[in-house]
Amino acid sequence: MELLLALLVGGLYAGAIYLLLQPSPVKLIIGLGMLANAVNLLIFVAGGLTRGQPPLIAEGALQPPVPFADPLPQALILTAIVIAFGVLAFTLVLFRQAAETVGIDNLDEMRTIDQ
Amino acid sequence: MSQLPVLPILIPLIMAAVSLLLWRQRRLQQLLGVLGTAAHLGVALTLLQAVRREGFVVLQLGNWPAPFGISLVADLFSAMMVVMVGIMGLAVAVYSIASVDPEREFFGYYAFLQLLLAGVSGCFLTGDLFNLYVWFEVMLMASFVLMALGGERRQLEGAVKYVTINLVASAFFLSALGILYGLAGTLNMADLSVQLGRLNRPGLTSTLAMLFLAAFGIKAALFPFFFWLPASYHTPPPAVSALFAGLLTKVGVYSLIRVFTLLFVHDLGYTHGLILIISGLTMVTGVLGAVAQGEMRRLLSFHIVSQVGYMTMGLALFTPLALAGSIVHLIHNILAKSGLFLVSGVVLRLRGTTDLARLGGLYRGAPGLAILFLLCALALAGLPPLSGFWSKLLLVRAGLEAESYLIVAVALSVSLLTLFSMTKIWLKAFWGEPPAAAGAGEISIPGAARLSLFLPTAALALLTVAGGLLAGPLVELALAAAAQLLEPAGYVRAVLGGRT
Repeated sequence: MELLLALLVGGLYAGAIYLLLQPSPVKLIIGLGMLANAVNLLIFVAGGLTRGQPPLIAEGALQPPVPFADPLPQALILTAIVIAFGVLAFTLVLFRQAAETVGIDNLDEMRTIDQ
Repeated sequence: MSQLPVLPILIPLIMAAVSLLLWRQRRLQQLLGVLGTAAHLGVALTLLQAVRREGFVVLQLGNWPAPFGISLVADLFSAMMVVMVGIMGLAVAVYSIASVDPEREFFGYYAFLQLLLAGVSGCFLTGDLFNLYVWFEVMLMASFVLMALGGERRQLEGAVKYVTINLVASAFFLSALGILYGLAGTLNMADLSVQLGRLNRPGLTSTLAMLFLAAFGIKAALFPFFFWLPASYHTPPPAVSALFAGLLTKVGVYSLIRVFTLLFVHDLGYTHGLILIISGLTMVTGVLGAVAQGEMRRLLSFHIVSQVGYMTMGLALFTPLALAGSIVHLIHNILAKSGLFLVSGVVLRLRGTTDLARLGGLYRGAPGLAILFLLCALALAGLPPLSGFWSKLLLVRAGLEAESYLIVAVALSVSLLTLFSMTKIWLKAFWGEPPAAAGAGEISIPGAARLSLFLPTAALALLTVAGGLLAGPLVELALAAAAQLLEPAGYVRAVLGGRT
């Protein structure tokens, strides 16, 4: 399972970076979204996968029976998802506004301020 | 337990919320902006006093004990940086009154200014690496809005580049966090410092160090990652440029210094050796870029890059003297660089352009402005007795003591080139004849606006002079801060309180 997820994460990273390098703003945004998902899955895998062992402490015990699923990576991912969602929404609006104002659909041509 | 460390975050957050509620009242928002940042500065100074007295001020949020909850930790370095946030916030809030147009104010300019200050203060005070990520995002979100607010064409173009590169940097940071948690099982910085010391995994630790170097290096505009900065910093209103120039890259530098003194100190030859090379390249490429520019604000943007090299140089040398040099340079650079950006804003107001080819003879009409520029520019180039001289002296001495002669040579020649490009601005913009082209005359500024523009500029310029003339206490404080940074055990003890 870990190997499968690791391959998936790697694939997502590769796809995201490929899309980020494209001149089209739409592909760039899709790339950013994919990158966020890749990172979230990476946190999930790196935190260790444990199936069917919820971290519940039995009455009277001081800690859950090992091995148990670590809930913290999931909390981190949840935070990261919320942030990524907000940022992506902002990026979409910004790129739309930029495309309308600047009037070009090719990021390579956005260089009027570099002179 | 003292609640002091949370106040520099809380005050701007509350002010931001109130400013949003008062979105129709411009005057009230301006007043709140000034009062809020003044209160922030006051609290920051109190915090610095407390830290000087006690060494560390630690607050465990919600009373959760250290590795489990989120800790706010103020040591001397972070307390000093929070004071700089206060100074910059106040200066920019006053400057904004006359320089930001009503439309931007109606759309929440002051609210996002305060949010930015909250985010930056949070970055400086947090003792938890994931929390640092969250504050980074708060700061970035506010800076995205400030960068794009107004919707001018050049602004949007700059914002597209700025937003994209920062999101990629955040992804780097978050990836590193995920792997680090998998490796060490904690994200509290003090706990991490202990766990990484026990963990004998040099390969993975070095890989992580490089991921953090890339993530923070992008934010700090270090050598291979700096292209976004000169492509975007000259596009927003001058007040925003000045704030970004003063604070945002410095958060990257602060994070680098924090992480590479507290966590990744196992393979100094590799990590810090690499940082040293990057520092040298950053200085050189930044200043060469600056020399080639013909637009005042773009030229100054390249100088931000070049100066960041000095700050990481002190980190790379990793001696008390060198780190103290880095800290003094950080403080000096925040003041001088923002001062220069504020001056460029006044120039923009007076002439309607900051293109050096279309400027000239400003000294005749505005001698006061010219002198303020000269003070900041000479401080940036490192002429005695201004503040930049002392930080460079510390760094150069540390470099000689560490026998890194090459980096010393680079640092010295880069400051010569800095002086050269500052002279270029002086000659083309302030000296000489005004250009003969139509509309070259100065636009007059009304008295009240004049006060709002010149007061913060003069204050920053005078602080750089004061930092030079009263260098003794500043250097002493920086040396104490450097000693704290180089002894992680003290930090760990303060946060974990004996539990390991």
